[in-house]
Amino acid sequence: MSYITKSPWIIHYDGSSCNGCDIEVLACLTPMYDVERFGIINTGNPKHADIFLVTGSINEQNKEVVRQIYEQMPSPKVVVAVGICANSGGIFKECYNILGGVDKVIPVDVYVPGCAARPEAIIDGVVKGLSVLAEKRSAKATVAPDAAAAAEPDELEVPVEPGEANGADKGGA
Amino acid sequence: MVKIIVLVAAYLIFAPIVGGLLAGIDRVITARMQGRVGPPVIQPFYDVFKLMEKEAVTVNKTQDFYVMCFLIFIVITGCLFFAGQNLLLIIFSLTLASVFLVIAAYSSNSPYSQIGAERELLQAMAYEPMVLITAVAFFLYTGSFEVSAILAYEKMAILPLLGIFLGYLFILTIKFRKSPFDLSMSHHGHQELVKGLTTEISGKSLALIEIAHWYENIFLLGFIFLFFANGTQTGIIVGVIVCLAAYFLEIFIDNNFARMKWQFALNSSWVVAAALGFANLAVLYVPVILSTMIGITG
Ligand code: SF4
Repeated sequence: MSYITKSPWIIHYDGSSCNGCDIEVLACLTPMYDVERFGIINTGNPKHADIFLVTGSINEQNKEVVRQIYEQMPSPKVVVAVGICANSGGIFKECYNILGGVDKVIPVDVYVPGCAARPEAIIDGVVKGLSVLAEKRSAKATVAPDAAAAAEPDELEVPVEPGEANGADKGGA
Repeated sequence: MVKIIVLVAAYLIFAPIVGGLLAGIDRVITARMQGRVGPPVIQPFYDVFKLMEKEAVTVNKTQDFYVMCFLIFIVITGCLFFAGQNLLLIIFSLTLASVFLVIAAYSSNSPYSQIGAERELLQAMAYEPMVLITAVAFFLYTGSFEVSAILAYEKMAILPLLGIFLGYLFILTIKFRKSPFDLSMSHHGHQELVKGLTTEISGKSLALIEIAHWYENIFLLGFIFLFFANGTQTGIIVGVIVCLAAYFLEIFIDNNFARMKWQFALNSSWVVAAALGFANLAVLYVPVILSTMIGITG
């Protein structure tokens, strides 16, 4: 049995957003919803986190930040994109500085739709993320250590849209 | 001898279990005080087992070594205590353990963890005088630094050492890492200064720190027990009840105070050590002085 589903610690990052989803994430911690019932703790530290909760879309300035946080989290880890902004860019999609949803820079496991996503939906998304965590965990346990790295494509290949994002990367380098 | 071995073995096996359960009860009570339902009581165990399963990411190998030393010396401290050894030796080995934790935090270059380490040193400065005064007071009262002798002393130490007891309760807040003195790291999901000491520590090492805290908490509560031990059953029962009450008091304080600045932690705990600790020591000295005076005149 995997204990990771019993004690998921969350790190929350808010990208380009109206802060609506941001507030809804915090609402999950209030007595009304109390996510600590599931052992969920909102940590401020990527090294302690299992679940990366991103609200808001990715722009030129925060893409490195999001990537950094993701890379600092020890595996197994999952990414939950909360709100339409984080899913696809939402109402900010056409802005000149917006790259799009979170999946432009890091692999996303669960998409929670909504504008703003309701706390119930966010909790639902996190619980769904738990089963992904358990899968990743058992995949790691059954595969031999050296093959494990290869079996986790998430960490190696970053899905980048050939057009815009790639060009942006090259421009940066 | 057999009794000592049994006690030490019981400490080794049951301290993490009881300590973890107390931590779980702490989280449930805290949640209830905030109007929430809270996690299951065995949540701290889930957390530790989860951390054990995580990928090992460490900034440098030596850090894991220092964390391991922290755990080992905390366990040794507790074992010495439950084996009825010398109180001074116990306090020194406890200090050594916390020094290892500080070095572990210093060994990474992260500013967060360095600030955590500095604050931990300040906290050590804050609580150390009172801890030493406690040991000295027990010596003055019972005539021995040996825990076994203090336990067997036929009178409860609580009334003559009341000031010491209150002073010890005060610094217990620092040792338990509770608000208002959770400066260097906190057990709650606070965001300020990320997580202080443990910023760069993750996975297994973090789990070891948690376990070390469970060992440490039981040992610290053992100190409270000393005030009530008089070698009888009643003493044991009263002692255990007061230990639990003290733990509850700390949770209550934790939930009712905002975090203070380190200056306040340092100043207030020295004032408490001077006012309660020294005053109590002075009172203990009175009979000693009187008897020598009588000895001289008579
Ligand atoms: S999805 Fe809607 S509510 Fe959420 S951050 Fe975007 S615009 Fe705001």
